Amino acid sequence: MSEAITHNGTGQEAHHGDYLVDPRGLWSWLTTVDHKRIGLMYLWSVLFFFLVGGIFALLIRLELLTPKQTIMTAEMYNRVFTLHGAIMTFLVIIPAIPAALGNFALPLLIGAKDVAFPRLNLASLYVYWTGAAMAVATLALGGVDTGWTFYTPYSTTTGGGVSLMVLAAFVLGFSSIFTGVNFIATIHKLRAPGMGWFELPLFCWGMYSTALIQILATPVLGITLLLLVMERTLGVGIFDPQLGGDPVLFQHFFWFYSHPAVYIMILPAMAVISEVIPTFSKKTIFGYKAIAFSSVAIALLGFLVWAHHMFVAGMSLFAGAIFSFLTFFIAIPSAIKVFNWIATMWRGSISLEAPMLYALSFLLIFTIGGLTGLFLASLSTDVHLHDTYFVVSHFHYVMAGSNLIAFLAGIHYWWPKMYGRMYNQKLAAIGCALIFIGFNATFLPQFVLGSRGMPRRYYNYLPQFQDLHVASTVGSWILAAGLFLTAAYLLASFRSPKGAVDNPWGGRTLEWETSSPPTMHNFEGQPVLQHGPYDYRANPAPVGQEELAH
Amino acid sequence: MSTVTSSVPAEHEHPKFLQHHFREMSQQFDASKIGMWLFLVTEVLLFGGLFVGYGIMHAKHPEAFMAAHHHLDKVMGALNTIVLLFSSFTMVMSVWAAQTNRRKLTILFLVITLLCACTFMVVKYFEYSHKFHDGLLPGKYYTHKGDTVPGQFMFFSFYFMMTGLHGIHVLLGMGAIIWVLARTIRGDFSSDYYAPVDITGLYWHLVDLIWIYLFPLMYLIS
Repeated sequence: MSEAITHNGTGQEAHHGDYLVDPRGLWSWLTTVDHKRIGLMYLWSVLFFFLVGGIFALLIRLELLTPKQTIMTAEMYNRVFTLHGAIMTFLVIIPAIPAALGNFALPLLIGAKDVAFPRLNLASLYVYWTGAAMAVATLALGGVDTGWTFYTPYSTTTGGGVSLMVLAAFVLGFSSIFTGVNFIATIHKLRAPGMGWFELPLFCWGMYSTALIQILATPVLGITLLLLVMERTLGVGIFDPQLGGDPVLFQHFFWFYSHPAVYIMILPAMAVISEVIPTFSKKTIFGYKAIAFSSVAIALLGFLVWAHHMFVAGMSLFAGAIFSFLTFFIAIPSAIKVFNWIATMWRGSISLEAPMLYALSFLLIFTIGGLTGLFLASLSTDVHLHDTYFVVSHFHYVMAGSNLIAFLAGIHYWWPKMYGRMYNQKLAAIGCALIFIGFNATFLPQFVLGSRGMPRRYYNYLPQFQDLHVASTVGSWILAAGLFLTAAYLLASFRSPKGAVDNPWGGRTLEWETSSPPTMHNFEGQPVLQHGPYDYRANPAPVGQEELAH
Repeated sequence: MSTVTSSVPAEHEHPKFLQHHFREMSQQFDASKIGMWLFLVTEVLLFGGLFVGYGIMHAKHPEAFMAAHHHLDKVMGALNTIVLLFSSFTMVMSVWAAQTNRRKLTILFLVITLLCACTFMVVKYFEYSHKFHDGLLPGKYYTHKGDTVPGQFMFFSFYFMMTGLHGIHVLLGMGAIIWVLARTIRGDFSSDYYAPVDITGLYWHLVDLIWIYLFPLMYLIS
């Protein structure tokens, strides 16, 4: 695995230009093994698919404006919401923070030149593109109408490009695994001299926990999806009751991955927030170890709760009670984090720049998403709320709201480091406000819809639900306006000269000690830790003195 | 994990195979090992899904699985088990030889390992063709006549999926061994740098280990 990269060893780092322009050319980008460039290519790929998935979302909302057909047929509607779910889950939310922001920031945060396996990192990007191409190619086969969960027996009997879409998710899993393997090895072996586990920025703890899930859960999804393809092509029988199989087994297998995968989506979001809040509160993070260990706890507990998706799928009451209890348990580490973030802000000198505005939005949205999860974790209320818009709204608050708003927080936080350019702060504040209002306007009505019995995935609905559906659709337009505004001012920042200072936010982690944007080698020489990641005292005590001996 | 024992090596003593982002060879070696072990975890979980599926379907249809497994040739299975176990031994020996600068021995042991892998695949080929001939195929392609117990296709679904996936892993392992062999012949490895041999060895042991579980599960149910 460790082929030679020969090194002429003349110590040229000091003369290199920044990583964006040195070396130049498209080919140098496509063959790069630099983690920052790979991170950026991931970022733009993810943003492209976010746009595609977002357009599908707007179409869904537009269709639901009226109780009967509005703009598309029912068959079309099924395909659109399936593609929206599959694209947003597998191509956007899962890679968004780890593969895009994580690749860019993680080595910088720990003072490394690159991730442990740079070529594996590039391979993961190409695998991602391959999977993405396969997912898009299903459109040519007539699309997929199973929903992103591919439940059997429907998924083994319906036509269209189900096999290809499932294989695409299988391939995308590899890209996720490669990133996870890379991050764990990187955090173990490439920390700067003097950086112990508890001097790691909390972003790295979040990435580490995410990587654990990527490694432990993704292979199970991989084999489940392969079994599904085998079921479709060979009729192996494992999920088909007519052949002696068990369709509920698919749900168990699927959620054994896909519930932990929910934490692949939320842990990186928490990781970003743990960086942003202390930086903009100018205060040491409160409860470092509690936040760090709660990430690991979420990663591990996340494996024990999958069957709470299946309370009404034919499970014994006893098993249901146990999974319900374990699900409640996972609220504890999540709440620990929220309280620690709030305690960090307490008596800090808070500045409300764009990343912090997103972080505050995250706190509100994640709290709503987390608390509504408790209704679904309770057996008795879940029977009523299962497969209604309450569920749709809950997981959009957690997966879409929390993850994507933290993703935006991270983009705004590291944008000056990525491109050396600053965006318009006033427009950023307006954009954040529109996104926050739009998101809540879209999804708060759906809680009400769900609790009144509006089932999810329905094409037509009873007239008494129309008012709330209209509110939700109008909300989606506000949300879209906010996102397009954000895209506009971020792109407009390219027109201004590279003028961002190295440390625009006054952060204390290592990435702010190098130039904006950094050179290909990140730092000039090996950076050595002088203070903890959130040490905002005027004269901090040096860290790791014994390692500084050389 | 937090102590770093030496600083950046001076440029003139830069080892040939040290990648630019590592400070020293031992760090690079450890990273490769961690990476490989994590990859092996994913492999175990990948097969784990199949093992769980097999277990559940076996519990649902014990008679069918019992009857179906009599179509397998225990002698062939046992022969392949011995071949793979022996190849794991020769793989270990090649790692040891690489570690101790014995280039010719490394080559010898890698070639023996490769031959064992070929033997395994040849035996598997004969087993598969026999099944194909008898119509003992997965799912809807199962055409074997004269079964007294229904539902035996399910066993062969798992038989072909599990041994097939394992066979793909053997082929990938053979590719890795050929790559390591070529690099050994080129003289890349020494006691300072033998990580590729080591991690290929780790992978090969996993391939072996999975077969150790597959053999009793498929061939020795009774």
